[in-house]
Amino acid sequence: MTEKKLTKGNIALAEGSIQAGCLLYFGYPITPQSDIPEYLAQNLPKIGGTFVQAESEIASINMVMGASASGRRTMTSSSGPGISLMQEGLSYLAGSELPAVIVNIMRCGPGLGGIAPTQGDYNQAVHGGGHGDYRNIVLAPGSVQEMFDLTIKAFELADKYRNPTMIIADAMIGQFQEPCRLTPEKPVELAEKPWALTGRKGRDPRLVKSLYLGDYEQEEHNLLLKKKYDEIQDNEVMVEMKNLDDAELIIVAFGTPSRVAKTAIGLAREEGLKVGLIRPITLFPFPVNEIYEHSARVKNVLVVEMNTGQMVRDVRIAAHKDAAIHFYGRPGGGFPFPDDVLNEIKTALGGGPR
Amino acid sequence: MYYDVIMAGFGGQGIQVMSQIAAVAAIKKGFNVTYLPSYGVEKRGGRTNVTLVIADEAIGSMVTNHPKCVIAMDTVAVDKYQKLVAPRGLLIMNSSLAPDSMLHRDDIEPLALRCNDEAQALGSAMLSGMIALGAFLQRSGILGFSDVESVMEDVTPERLIKTIPANLEAIRRGIEIAANGSARSARE
Repeated sequence: MTEKKLTKGNIALAEGSIQAGCLLYFGYPITPQSDIPEYLAQNLPKIGGTFVQAESEIASINMVMGASASGRRTMTSSSGPGISLMQEGLSYLAGSELPAVIVNIMRCGPGLGGIAPTQGDYNQAVHGGGHGDYRNIVLAPGSVQEMFDLTIKAFELADKYRNPTMIIADAMIGQFQEPCRLTPEKPVELAEKPWALTGRKGRDPRLVKSLYLGDYEQEEHNLLLKKKYDEIQDNEVMVEMKNLDDAELIIVAFGTPSRVAKTAIGLAREEGLKVGLIRPITLFPFPVNEIYEHSARVKNVLVVEMNTGQMVRDVRIAAHKDAAIHFYGRPGGGFPFPDDVLNEIKTALGGGPR
Repeated sequence: MYYDVIMAGFGGQGIQVMSQIAAVAAIKKGFNVTYLPSYGVEKRGGRTNVTLVIADEAIGSMVTNHPKCVIAMDTVAVDKYQKLVAPRGLLIMNSSLAPDSMLHRDDIEPLALRCNDEAQALGSAMLSGMIALGAFLQRSGILGFSDVESVMEDVTPERLIKTIPANLEAIRRGIEIAANGSARSARE
């Protein structure tokens, strides 16, 4: 059962969704995530699930909304341009407090861009994208195993908080292969959904909506959402921390750059440079306390991203005021190699502007 | 133990199959593995490459720009990847397609193998990748013949099962050539 199989990131995610009990998938193909619908098109019908290739991403997300309102676990996946088309639906899901899992295997942009790996959609996922005052829960897998495990986690969080949950991964995490255990760590449980629209026969009617026109109704709703987001921030932060005890510099990175950073940290330590790692696994909720505490002590932080600087702003907000924040970014399909990061480590340790 | 290798060539040479075999054999032997295939437009243009990392520790980066070994199956691959090989690293070159004169580094170990000719001698040019894989096994020393033999059925699609004996023979031939040093080096 625990045998690990060489598995592609996208496939681990797709299999994770099935094992999470998601039998309703709606999507439209786009590289570099098409392995996901391909796998689900093959496998969902075999187990009584439904795979629909919609006519567009706008249709996909609205089908997801309908499926979610019926109380079933549901998912869509896409990449940059497709995710942009879904933003209205994401906002409606958040406003209606409907759970769903939305996967973005990021390709580079803006515009049609290219199919190479990037982390250019961090802001879109973490800081909105759609209209209105809402947050997505955002998970960032850093390995093939996490593509599987965090997909199951994404459904749990979505149901627990009745909130859309995004999984964002660069194309490298989606398309590389690693040994992976394709069984859940613990049994998957499907909770009751007393709000779901299942037919009112024999019970009181239920209503799922995101429209609030009465005096202060919308404000009240927004404050309830805020309370929920605070609860998520307090309870659901996931973060990997490594080599921090003696660190003189902390690297903050997620996804592929965090993997490259681990190798770079190994190289740095061989040269006697004490470097540690904070890897946010949840991007919202962001590991604010962890970054504050460790940056208060270490005071030297290097953020590595595959974009021109998006998460680095959140790190700046979280970090202690005396910490110097350095940034190294490779946007648009470029990615950092371990010795690039090692050079940045040396520059950061040598001092430099905040 | 940490070993990284880039295998590169064009579609149909068996680059992905070679790497799959090595990756699955390494996992079976208890190693950690990352396997990063080329993706996207390169596929459509006919180029194909894989970055494979095999280690007995947790693997960080799945990308490398100084691999311990490059297997270059044609001229384009030699041109693109020769310069990346780590100092004292290994370059296995398919000299049936790329001329020996392309080898210009004297700080690495070059191994020029006439993969297509050797494969043809065994019955099919399609076995050229297996010749190179055999040489890789012998020179890298991280996996043995029995390691790959034991995973061939797992990595071979049903419709190609009957090709396993020929593939194994080609791998054996690659090991033999690399071991007895009959391959010409760049400086000869």
